[in-house]
Amino acid sequence: MTAIQFQLTPQAIWAALDTVPDPEIPVVSVTDMGMVRDVQIGEDGAVTVTFTPTFSGCPALHVIRDSIGQAVRDLGASAVEVKSTLTPPWTTDWIKEDARERLRQYGIAPPAPAEDGLIQLQADATRCPRCASFDVRMTGSFGPTLCKRLYVCDSCKEPFEGFKSV
Amino acid sequence: MTAPTTILSAVQQAALIRKLTALADDEIILAQRGGEWTGHAPILEEDIALANIAQDELGHAGMYLELRRALDGSDADALAFTRSADEFSSSRFVELPKGDWAFTMLRQYLYDAYEALWLDAARKSTYEPLAEVANKAFREERFHLQHTALWVERLALGTPESMKRTQDALNALWPYVGQLWQPVEGEAGLIEAGLLPDLNAVRTRWEGLIVPHLRVQCGLILPPGGAEQPGRDTHTEYLVPLLDEMQRVYRAHPDTPYW
Repeated sequence: MTAIQFQLTPQAIWAALDTVPDPEIPVVSVTDMGMVRDVQIGEDGAVTVTFTPTFSGCPALHVIRDSIGQAVRDLGASAVEVKSTLTPPWTTDWIKEDARERLRQYGIAPPAPAEDGLIQLQADATRCPRCASFDVRMTGSFGPTLCKRLYVCDSCKEPFEGFKSV
Repeated sequence: MTAPTTILSAVQQAALIRKLTALADDEIILAQRGGEWTGHAPILEEDIALANIAQDELGHAGMYLELRRALDGSDADALAFTRSADEFSSSRFVELPKGDWAFTMLRQYLYDAYEALWLDAARKSTYEPLAEVANKAFREERFHLQHTALWVERLALGTPESMKRTQDALNALWPYVGQLWQPVEGEAGLIEAGLLPDLNAVRTRWEGLIVPHLRVQCGLILPPGGAEQPGRDTHTEYLVPLLDEMQRVYRAHPDTPYW
């Protein structure tokens, strides 16, 4: 046990968290999504992971929290605390570039760059994940999860989900 | 969450707890009303949208009650599922039955505009934990307002039937909407200390946003303002049956681990 704890580094923990999937979009991990904000190892070997929720009402939050704790415990950490923070608030701009491509291949249009503007009545520019056309229509401003909206592509006729930009 | 650097007096803390609870109560009750449409909305996409909005509002309630927990150690689920009607501080505006689609969309629109603008102002709260929550919730609330504003326009400018229903909804809701602006006991002191947004300033902004939209863009007629509003300790006859339904499962199985 002691030997394993000696090897526990922040890099190893980050690498383990890279394999924790987002429960609602399993092609991306919690680190791909930018949800993990900080990893600290105390002098006593206790690990503190700070994560930030995507949407405050997301029903997957407790699953994500449990999965993060489990992944760190699996590395042999003696104690793990998973803390949440709201500052700075999560933004889709934190989704990693290669994860955006995986989202697209999975059939979800990745988010356009977010702006912290006040109230916009214009929808974001969204591209069809299948044929890359901009000739798309939003068919529902909300989707099957809090982070997505529904679209249909008028070019290739594919219905698809797109990330909200927040 | 960031620990507050603001030191609250006992009076301020009690008032802040009342305010956080009132904010959460409005979200919980409106979310319950929104949830009543699940499986019954006119089209599938709107069924999904309203469920999403309700879920977001519940998320906001969860954040407000988390702030309260940090102050007095109370449990969010116990507050939501075991208090009786006279212990709730929801406004009568959110308690009214869900009505038809026009009523539901118009109420959600008036509420979303109020919530978005209140949150926008609360981002500058000197109480950091509240400013953080406001920053988070504000980003989500924008989507609600875009959605419901479009629906109100669509209904008001649609058929004679949809326009009549929207006007009827406005006539029914307008006398109640002022209750959203009813301060809790001690709120003035918190506003003065910069912990909470100035309600009057938020209301002025709210009117500047929605009155031209309803009148000019949607062609609706604003009814005369309502009479002086009683406070949040006065409820409609509709709250008791709502809570009876919402709390039934929790009360039947209070020891269930998953809440």
